[in-house]
Amino acid sequence: MKPILQAQGLRLAFGGVKAADGIDLDVGEGEFLAIIGPNGAGKTTFINMCTGWLKPQSGRILWRGEDIAGLPPRRITQRGIARSFQLPQLFTEHTVLRNLALAIAAREGAFSLLRPLLRPGWTKEAMEILRGFGLESLADTRADALNEGSRKLADIAMAVALKPRLLLMDEPTSGVAASEKLGIVETLARVLRETGVSAVFVEHDMEVVSRFADRVAVWSQGRIVANGPPEAVLADPEVRREVIGIEDAHAAP
Amino acid sequence: MTHRREALLALLFALAVLAAAFAVPWLRFVLTLALAKGIAALGVMLLLRAGQVSFGHAMFVAFAAYAVAFLAGQVGEALLLLPLAILLAALLGLVIGLFVARYREIFFGMLNLALSMVFYSLLEKFYSITHGTDGMRVPAVTWAGMATERVGGEWAVLVAALVLAIGFALLARLYLASPLGEALQGIKTREARLEFMGLPPRRVLLVAYVLSAAMAGTAGALIALTTRHVTPLMGYWTASGELVFIVILGGAGGVLGPFLGAIAYELVRVYAAASVADAWQLILGAVLLAVILFARGGLFSLLRGRRA
Repeated sequence: MKPILQAQGLRLAFGGVKAADGIDLDVGEGEFLAIIGPNGAGKTTFINMCTGWLKPQSGRILWRGEDIAGLPPRRITQRGIARSFQLPQLFTEHTVLRNLALAIAAREGAFSLLRPLLRPGWTKEAMEILRGFGLESLADTRADALNEGSRKLADIAMAVALKPRLLLMDEPTSGVAASEKLGIVETLARVLRETGVSAVFVEHDMEVVSRFADRVAVWSQGRIVANGPPEAVLADPEVRREVIGIEDAHAAP
Repeated sequence: MTHRREALLALLFALAVLAAAFAVPWLRFVLTLALAKGIAALGVMLLLRAGQVSFGHAMFVAFAAYAVAFLAGQVGEALLLLPLAILLAALLGLVIGLFVARYREIFFGMLNLALSMVFYSLLEKFYSITHGTDGMRVPAVTWAGMATERVGGEWAVLVAALVLAIGFALLARLYLASPLGEALQGIKTREARLEFMGLPPRRVLLVAYVLSAAMAGTAGALIALTTRHVTPLMGYWTASGELVFIVILGGAGGVLGPFLGAIAYELVRVYAAASVADAWQLILGAVLLAVILFARGGLFSLLRGRRA
C-alpha cells in the first residue's frame, strides 16, 4: 500500500517524559490505522504533531513527500488532513447545523461578507452529514446543550465535513453509549471507505479496533512496540498483558 | 426576532427620530450625535461578538473627525468628505488591526486603549498643526453642491446620519449572518477549532476590526460636520468607554441594540444634565446597573420580549 503519511524518527519530550521517542509510522492510502496503548503513552501527542499543534523536536512528517512538521494547523488542514478531538471542540453558542456549515464554509474558503452562512447548498450538505451520524433531529440544538455522545459525534462530523484525505480521530468512541458505538463506527467507516479517506484513530475499545482497523500500532512509553494486522497484534500475549491489561493465565478457566 | 419584525422596528425607530427632530428643533443636534455614536457602537458590538472589548475606538472617531476638519477647506462637499473620512478610518483600522488582531481579551482591550491614548497625545501636543486642546473649527461645507444655512445644515447632517445608520445596520446584519460574521462568535467560544478547520482566526477578527474602524470613522465625520468643531477629547479614553457603555445599555443581541442604547444614552444625558446638573453620571451609572442586573441583553432584549 502506498503511504500518504510517513512519520520518520519523531521525538518529543515534555520535561523528562518521552511522548515520542523515535517514532516511525506510515499510513497507507485508504488505510484505517488504529493506535492503542496505555494512557499517557503519547498517542494524542502523535495526532497533535501530525496536525501542527505541536512541533516535534526532531524527525520528519512527510505528507505525500512534503515535510509538514511544524507547519501551522490551518496550513495542514488546507493540505487535506483533518482531526477530531478527545474532548469535543464545538462552537458552543452555535447550533449543530451552524457548526457543520462553518466547517463547510472553511473548506470552501468562503470569505464573502454578504452571502449567508446558511445558504441552501451548504445547509443541504450539512444535513446530509448530520443524517449519516444520526444527528439530524439535533440540527437546531445549540452545541452546548448536547449530551456527551452527540457532542462527540458532532465533533467528528465537523472533521468529516472538511472532506479530508486523512482523518485523525482521538478516541472517537469514548463517551458514546456502548449500544451506539458499533453502529456509529460502521456509519463512519462506510463514509470514509466510499471516498477512499485514510483514517488514524486512537482507541481503547478492542472490539472497535478488531472490527474496523486494517492495522494496529501499539504505543507504549513513546515507542511503537508492535505494529501489524489486528488479529496478530491483539493475540500477542505481551500486548494483551501490557497494553490491554488482560492476563491470559487468569482469563483461562 | 423575525426579519420582518426587526425591519418594522427599524422603520418605526427612524420615523420616531424624524418626528422628534421635527417637533423639537433643539433635539436635531442631540439625535444626530446619538445616531453617529450608535454607528460607532455598532462597530464595537461586532468585536464584542468575538468576545473582544475595545477601549480605544474613539481613536477612529477622532481620526475621521480631524480628517474632516483638515480636508473641509480643500474638499468643501460633504458627500465627498464623508466617504473620504470613512475610507481613511478604515485604512487606519487595517494598519492597526494587523497588529491588535493578534491579541485577545485584556491585552486586546488595553492595546486599543494604549494606541488611542498615543493618538490623543499627538492631537494635544502638536499645537502648530492641531491647535492642541483648543481644537479646530470645521469650515462650512456644501451638501450636494448646495450651500446650507444653519437649519438646513442641521437637517442635512441628521438625514445623512439616519441614512448611514440604516445602511450600516443592514450591512452589519448581512455580515453577522455570513460565514465570516458567524465565525466571529467562534473566536469567542472555540478559537482553536477555527485553526483546525483552516480558517485563520486573525483574518476573521481583522475583517471585523476594519469594519468597526470604518463605522467609528463614520461617526467621527458626522460629529465633525454637526458640531463644526473638533477637539482631542473626541479621542480620549472616556469617549471609548462611552461606546462600550452604549453597547451594553442597548444590547449586543441585534443591530438595533447600539442605536437604542445611543439614543437612550444621549437623551438621559441631556435631560439629566438639565435637571440635576452634577448628577447625570450618577443617573447613567444607575441605568447601566439596572440593565446589567435585570436585562442582560440590554434595551434590545426588552423590546424583543425575552432576555438574551
